[in-house]
Amino acid sequence: MSAFEETSLSINGADFRVWTAGTGPKLGVLAGFGGLLQWPPFLVRLAKTRTVIVPSLPGFPGGGGRAHVDLDSVLDWLLLVREILNGCALTGEDLLGISLGAALAGDVTAVWPHKTKRLVLVSPLGICIDGNPMADPWGVTPQDLPALLCSNPQTLEAHQKMPEGGDDLEWEVSQIRANEAAARLLWPTGDTGLGKRIGRIFCDTLIVWGAEDKVVPPDYHPIYKNGPKGTVSERMIEGAGHQVDFDRPEQLANAINEFLG
Amino acid sequence: MKLMWFHLMPYTELPEDFREENPGIWVDINSRLFDPERAHHMYNDFMDELEFAATCGFDAICVNEHHSNGYGLMPSPNLIASTLARRTSDTMICIMGNSLALYNPPTRVAEEMAMIDCISGGRLIAGFPVGTPMDTCYAYGQNPSMLRDRYYEAHDLVKRAWTEREVFSFNGRYNQLRYVNIWPHPVQKPHPPIWIPGGGSVETWQWCAEMDYVYCYLSYFGYKIGLNTMRGFWNEMEQLGKEPNPYRAGFLQFVGVAESREEAMRLYKEPAEYFYGRCLHIDPRYAQPPGYTTEATIRARVEGQVATAAKKATARGKTATQIEDIIDQGYIIIGSPDEVAEQLRHAATEMNVGHLMMLCQFGNMSKQLAAYNTRMFAEKVMPQVSDMFDDKWEDHWWPTPIPAAERAVPNSALDGSLAEAAE
Repeated sequence: MSAFEETSLSINGADFRVWTAGTGPKLGVLAGFGGLLQWPPFLVRLAKTRTVIVPSLPGFPGGGGRAHVDLDSVLDWLLLVREILNGCALTGEDLLGISLGAALAGDVTAVWPHKTKRLVLVSPLGICIDGNPMADPWGVTPQDLPALLCSNPQTLEAHQKMPEGGDDLEWEVSQIRANEAAARLLWPTGDTGLGKRIGRIFCDTLIVWGAEDKVVPPDYHPIYKNGPKGTVSERMIEGAGHQVDFDRPEQLANAINEFLG
Repeated sequence: MKLMWFHLMPYTELPEDFREENPGIWVDINSRLFDPERAHHMYNDFMDELEFAATCGFDAICVNEHHSNGYGLMPSPNLIASTLARRTSDTMICIMGNSLALYNPPTRVAEEMAMIDCISGGRLIAGFPVGTPMDTCYAYGQNPSMLRDRYYEAHDLVKRAWTEREVFSFNGRYNQLRYVNIWPHPVQKPHPPIWIPGGGSVETWQWCAEMDYVYCYLSYFGYKIGLNTMRGFWNEMEQLGKEPNPYRAGFLQFVGVAESREEAMRLYKEPAEYFYGRCLHIDPRYAQPPGYTTEATIRARVEGQVATAAKKATARGKTATQIEDIIDQGYIIIGSPDEVAEQLRHAATEMNVGHLMMLCQFGNMSKQLAAYNTRMFAEKVMPQVSDMFDDKWEDHWWPTPIPAAERAVPNSALDGSLAEAAE
C-alpha cells in the first residue's frame, strides 16, 4: 500500500519521518509500542474519512535514528513530541495515540491543552497502580511479545516481516531500537507521571480498550475514564488485545469515526 | 602468572527438581526456597573457604556481585571483602566487582572500596562490571537504555573522587553533587588497579585499552569457548598498538583436582551437574532487555554470556548438564594435578592470560571438598603453572600494598591481648 506521502521534519539535527494520507479533517496519530514499519491496514481505513498525519516518535522507525538517547526525562520527551506535532501543523487538531503513543498524546494534551481539539486514547499507558503495574513487555522474549500485545499475533508479526530485498540486520536493529525507545520512556513500570497531569485534559476524549488486552489490567479503566476534566466516552472492542489497531482495525476506525463525527 | 581464587557463593540446597519446577535461577527465583538459617552456615562456610584459599598461597581471593540470584549470594561483595581484609594478611582482595550504575550516588562505591583498601593495607583490586541485565535492569530496575551511560559517568566520578585532593563539584547527566570529598581515600596511588569484567564487546575492549585497565572474561563455559573471545580481545589490542602483555587479561576457569581423573570425575560430578543443571537455569525472558547491548555489538553479532546461557536453556541450544558432556565441552578442567596443570598451561598460553581466576568451589560442593580441591590445586598444580609469563612480562595491574612490615596486625577479640592492654 503506497497511498500515503512521506515527508521529513528536521529537529535538532534529527530527521523525523511523517506519513500523510487521506482526505477530510486532520487527525494526528502517535503509533503504538513498536512504532510503524509499514503503512498498516488500520490507517488505510482511517484515511478514508480523515487526513491522517503520522509522525514517527524518537527512536521508533523513522524517528530520527537514535534521537531517543537525548531524552532523559518525561519533560524532554514531551517537548520534542510537541515540536514534532508543531512541525506537522498539528496545533489545534484532533489527536490519536495508541498504547505508548497514547501516553504521550495524553500528556502533550495535558501540558498544552489548547493545542488538541479532541483526543482519542487507545489502550493508554503512562499510569501505574502500585502493586498492579502493566504487564512487563520486556519480561517476555521478543518471540513472545506479539502474543502479549495482540490477541491475533499474526497481524503484528506480518507487520514486522521484512519486505523483500531489505537488510535483515538493519531491520532487526530498527525493531530493537524501537523497543529500547519504549523502554527509555516506560521502564520499569510504565509510569510516566501522566496520573498527576491527566486532570489537565479538558477536551472531549474517547478511550478505547481491547477486551482481551493482556498489557493493561481492567483496574486502570476507571482511572483513565474519570481522570480528564472534559467529557469522556469509552469503547470496548471485542476480540482485540492491547494493540487494537492490529487486532481489529475496522472496528477501531469505526469507533474513532463515530466519536469524531 | 597470578592464580586467584574466586567464589560465586551459590545457594547449595536448591531442590533436585529445581529446573523442572522453576522458570529460572534469577530475578523471580522462588524466595520460599531460601532458608536463612541454612544460609547462615553457607555464608560462614564460603568465607572459611575464601580465607583457607588465602592461607594456601593463592595470589588473590575474589568476590563478585549478583542480585536476586540463586547461584550468587553476594548482593554486596564489599561486605565479604571487608571481613576478608581483616582475616587475611598478604593475599590480594579482588572485588569483581561493583556494578557502578546501581549506586546513588556512585561515590558510595568510591568510599567503600577506599575503606577496604585502607583496612587491607592496599590489597584491593577494584572490579567495575556494567553488570548483567538480570542484576541491573530487572532486579535493580535500571533503565537499559541509560545503563551504560550511567556506568561510564559513575566510573568518571569514582575515579575523580579517588584521585582529586580538593573538594570538587560534579554536574553529570545522572549525578549532581555539590561537594565531592570522600573520606577515606584509598591507600594505593593513584588508585587501586581497575579491572573490567565484560563479555565480548569490542567497545569494552577498546575502553579497557584506552584506560589501561585489565579486561576479564568471567566464563562459565571454559577456555575452549572463551578462546574466541580472548582472541578477539588480543586482535583488538594489536590493532590499537598495545603490547600483548598477558597481564592485561583475566579469565575465570572452573577446576576440579584429585589424585586421578577417575577420582576427580567421581568427586566433582555432583557439584558440576548441580551448577550447570540448576544454577545455570537462566530464564531467557531476562537476558536481553532492549538497549543493554549496543547496536554496534548487535551488528557485530556478539552475544553476552548470560544471553548465551539463557539461549542454551531453551530449545535453541543446550547447556551440557551431565558430567561427561561438561568435561568434553571444556566447561570444567578436571583431572589429576598433572593433567589439570597441563590443560591450564595450554589454556593460559592459547588465551595469553596472566590472571587466572580459579573456581574451586562450584555448585553444591561441600566445604570439605572445596578445601580439598583448593589444597590439591595449591600444592600440586600451582607450582606447575605459577612461573608462566614472569620471565617476559611485568604485571602493571597488580595492587601495591603497604610493605608487610608496616601493615597493621588485626587483633583478635578472642586472644585476650586487647583486654590485657586495657587493664
